[in-house]
Amino acid sequence: MRVALFATCVNDAVHPATAVATVRLLERLGVTVDFPAAQTCCGQPQYNTGYRRETEPLVRRMARAFEGYDHVVTPSGSCVAMVRDNYPRIGRKAQAEGRGDAPAEAASSLVPRTYELTEFLVDVLEVTDVGAYFPHRVTYHPSCHGLRVLGLGERPRRLLEAVKGLELVELPGAEECCGFGGTFAVKNPDVSAAMGADKLRNSLSTGAEFLCGADNSCLMHLGGMLRRQDAPQRVLHLAEILASTEEEPFA
Amino acid sequence: MSGTFVGMPAFPKAAHDAVRDTTLRANLRHATHTIRDKRAVAVAELADWAALREAGRQIKDRTLHHLDAYLVQLEEAVTAAGGTVHWASDAAEANRIVADLVKATGETEVVKVKSMATQEIGLNEALEAEGIRAYETDLAELIVQLGEDRPSHILVPAIHRNRGEIRDIFASEMGEWGRPAPDGLTDRPAELAEAARLHLREKFLRAKVGVSGANFMVAETGTLVVVESEGNGRMCLTLPETLISVVGIEKVVPTWRDLEVFLQTLPRSSTAERMNPYTSMWTGTTDADGPTAFHLVLLDNGRTDTLADEVGRQALRCIRCSACLNVCPVYERAGGHAYGSVYPGPIGAILTPQLRGTRSELDASLPYASSLCGACYDVCPVAIDIPEVLVHLREKVAERGGPGHRLEKAAVKAAAWVLDHPAALAAGERLASRTRALHPKRLPGPGASQWTESRDLPEMPAEPFRDWWKRNRT
Repeated sequence: MRVALFATCVNDAVHPATAVATVRLLERLGVTVDFPAAQTCCGQPQYNTGYRRETEPLVRRMARAFEGYDHVVTPSGSCVAMVRDNYPRIGRKAQAEGRGDAPAEAASSLVPRTYELTEFLVDVLEVTDVGAYFPHRVTYHPSCHGLRVLGLGERPRRLLEAVKGLELVELPGAEECCGFGGTFAVKNPDVSAAMGADKLRNSLSTGAEFLCGADNSCLMHLGGMLRRQDAPQRVLHLAEILASTEEEPFA
Repeated sequence: MSGTFVGMPAFPKAAHDAVRDTTLRANLRHATHTIRDKRAVAVAELADWAALREAGRQIKDRTLHHLDAYLVQLEEAVTAAGGTVHWASDAAEANRIVADLVKATGETEVVKVKSMATQEIGLNEALEAEGIRAYETDLAELIVQLGEDRPSHILVPAIHRNRGEIRDIFASEMGEWGRPAPDGLTDRPAELAEAARLHLREKFLRAKVGVSGANFMVAETGTLVVVESEGNGRMCLTLPETLISVVGIEKVVPTWRDLEVFLQTLPRSSTAERMNPYTSMWTGTTDADGPTAFHLVLLDNGRTDTLADEVGRQALRCIRCSACLNVCPVYERAGGHAYGSVYPGPIGAILTPQLRGTRSELDASLPYASSLCGACYDVCPVAIDIPEVLVHLREKVAERGGPGHRLEKAAVKAAAWVLDHPAALAAGERLASRTRALHPKRLPGPGASQWTESRDLPEMPAEPFRDWWKRNRT
């Protein structure tokens, strides 16, 4: 099987290790991975801040970049939610406002074949034990968009539970938002920090070595707070845990 | 603290202070988590919750679509039943109508049923200016009124207060308004409730005029409905000689059968009860039973404008259950006052800027008072897609420019260009990686400094992913 990796702008520029891990994981499972270089960003930050029309070129770019692939896979629930939930809206409005059919066509082309990584593993590859090895205590934060917009449900936890050596501990208040919210963290810094602090208090109470998530934007916010506190816990993307094996352990 | 919201600071500034108030945060956390957990249990009892939610959504949408026809039908039915209907286009007109009606009775005081509509228009203050005292009779509203405070929650207006604070308010203020609190009042709930009961009873028995809102108005019969937990509302609706109900035009439902859906979803969503303890219904006037005069003031106050907005109009489906407040992580930290409106929380963040417009800095900041986590949409019993409306309103605010948004727009446009030119993006990423040793953990300047106030910036990688890919896979 051949898939296109949508690395996302955050992973490309700031967390390449997650995209590398996704490539290694998929290749280990027998998938051929392509990285179409014409990709950039799904447009979520702009859209959610109120700049819908500015996202239209990016919607068209996404469709062009991933043309011809049956599966577009990305290690970011938030970006998939952008495609699945908001691209159709952007398309409809572009049509209604007389700016052509391209965004709507891009949406209807991308929506059915864009997958979040855990969806792709569990639903398409039909695998929960990916042969990973990660001998650490881990707690999992389900990011809001994966949880509520995509309905990822137990998929991430099932994947983590099948990892050899991994001890999965339940995160209290797991379903509460971490307070990142894109530009929310900048526009409402006090509330954002208060939400993040509560999330970390819960996370540290589990005694986990790693706070795992499937969205690096949330982890960037939480990891930045952990480092500021010098806390004995690190954030880590799910893909990096799943990519880790006994032969090639997580560095 | 004054009872009005005019001139309040924008949300981030108001929230800044609230976040640091540890008592407030503890009160809110305890209360909202208790209610949200109970609600989840009450909702899970109904196997057809999803169907009820969808039915509620459809009834409301259909009604809003033909609102003009249902309002005319309602007016005819209320009039036929002996009531009088008044139309008010805004707060000032509604307040004037109510004040004139009260004056015509010769009375100088009214008892009030808890009502969001009368708070929205600032009726109590308007009546006071005319020499008329309005007594709130809902327990929580009483606490707010006696404390010269503002409500901070739709259903539990005094949610920000704990028992000790309530005892102090009762002990020092009740005497100013009527029967004083008993000597030696403690903070035991039973004692506090008894003090309120005695204080209010005196007012119920004396009042000649009652003022209410309504949860629903049934077009086919002209019947108004109030659902409540304490029975105070029923006293106000049945004991006075004159009843004046001020109701938003979106509260109409076509038929009695439609109520069936909402009388299931409203109490379970708001108080986690299978059925609310008191459901009062009144249709015009009835000989020798209840008020002899009934006036219905139908309130627009921005609702028609809201209805004209294709995306935003879904906010008018709201049945004021406040489930969205109780699950909102932002409300939990910022508190209700930060929203600067009688409608706080997620629903307030979309309703207030639509009813009032976004001219003021506060109203323009409300659509951004959310992390878009979507918990509000999940619990909404009429399926209002609050995140969708928030983003829609952000677009309107951003489009108009205004403080902060001009600079932001320029930055977004620049970023959009880079993101549409992958070679430029790759060059920028490479530059960021190569200069990473120079990057500080904290940054100056707007935006960046706020980000790094409480977090370190992520360390930049040695190379962006696209360069790794080029080295390893091509």
